[in-house]
Amino acid sequence: MTEPLTKQNLMWEETLPGGAHGSFVMKRGTALRLTDVEGGANLSTLFYNQEEKLERYNMPDTLKAQHTAHLTTGFVLYSDMGRVLASVIGDSVGWHDTISGMSNAALVEKKYGSASYQQARNAMHRNARDSMLIELGKWGLGKRDIVPNLNFFSKVSADDAGAMHYEANHTKAGDYVELRFEMNVLVVLSATQHPLDPNPEYAPKPVSLQAWRCGTPDAQDLCRNFRPENVRGFYNTELLFR
Amino acid sequence: MSIIESKLTPAQASYDYVVPAGESWLHEVKRGQTFRILDLEGNQAVDTLFYNARDPEERYSAVDTIREQGNLYLTAGTKLLSSEGNALMTIIADTCGRHDTLGGACAAESNSVRYAIDKKYMHSCRDSFLHALGHCDCGMDKRDLTANVNFFMNVPVTPAGELTFADGISAPGKYVEMRAEMDVAVLISNCPQLNNPCNAYNPTPVQLLIWDAAA
Repeated sequence: MTEPLTKQNLMWEETLPGGAHGSFVMKRGTALRLTDVEGGANLSTLFYNQEEKLERYNMPDTLKAQHTAHLTTGFVLYSDMGRVLASVIGDSVGWHDTISGMSNAALVEKKYGSASYQQARNAMHRNARDSMLIELGKWGLGKRDIVPNLNFFSKVSADDAGAMHYEANHTKAGDYVELRFEMNVLVVLSATQHPLDPNPEYAPKPVSLQAWRCGTPDAQDLCRNFRPENVRGFYNTELLFR
Repeated sequence: MSIIESKLTPAQASYDYVVPAGESWLHEVKRGQTFRILDLEGNQAVDTLFYNARDPEERYSAVDTIREQGNLYLTAGTKLLSSEGNALMTIIADTCGRHDTLGGACAAESNSVRYAIDKKYMHSCRDSFLHALGHCDCGMDKRDLTANVNFFMNVPVTPAGELTFADGISAPGKYVEMRAEMDVAVLISNCPQLNNPCNAYNPTPVQLLIWDAAA
């Protein structure tokens, strides 16, 4: 059974200010609700097996196993080892971006100009790649561990010729997505603007985080049965915990 | 899709090698050299990664490459960008027209998910990559494997956001050619996948050619 978030099973909650970064471990059987507080947020995210960080979120394996280029309820996040790191158990948005990567220092300076700490204090311009490197450094990881990431709350579609289109105003205040963790997972977050966000202003939005004890999925679980591939992905994952 | 032919002739190439299906290849292509991958029998997946040969921490980035060109598919004109935003290679000729960089490489574990648990004992691209890195004495290992290019593969994304595996658009004799913009270590797995209709269930050899910069 997967318990929904309640006051009783809430473990912790906090808000990541716009532009901020963070990292923490989510244990198997817990879940995380990400809420776009103001609307228009973007959360660049990477995932690692906490016990063996060489195992990490794998964009191609996630996409090809589920024949999708975006994520919403029912889809799961695959590691490169054929296991499910996390499952999308709830979503008010309908589309989260998997294919556009993250912002970097050159991109942010080109779009928004420079704003160093000396000039702007904690309103300094931050970018996702450098934010990820800072967080990864806390866990002994670095550039070699940065792989194609997820961008929660953002939508980038492609037409038949492959041209990519960023969808503005994709989320509203209060939109959320819920992830259930199927392994013990290191989560690395950067609440910076999407690299294709056309807004000419540096204006990253806050994202609130709520973690709760939800339990592990049963045989009838939606994400487990969402595709035949996922039945096998959950089998591979559960071998770790027998 | 842009079909652009090359003026180079194989007789002038300084390097000419055929990679059988299921084998890997790790080789340095020097800045200014031109590198061609030739699909000898058609619709063969050539899983390829690129690294700055002097500093392999700088490596091919699929997501930066497609985002900066605003298009999911690789063809003539595409700059293959690194994780540091630099061009590793520029595709300068392409008679196939479209190449995938979202589908990644097959692996024992992903085969077990996609096809059946017992398929994990079949040969896979990641095994080929790891075999090459295990012998290279270059300090690289699994941490250095990231989302690759699948030359000659057609993996369309629909406007509704589905990833589809379409019939191949390559054919015997089609090729893609790229100019090295820095000294680049190229790591190839000539894909051994037997479970996927993309290559008509028939992995085949490819030819690799390198031309030195015009004197």
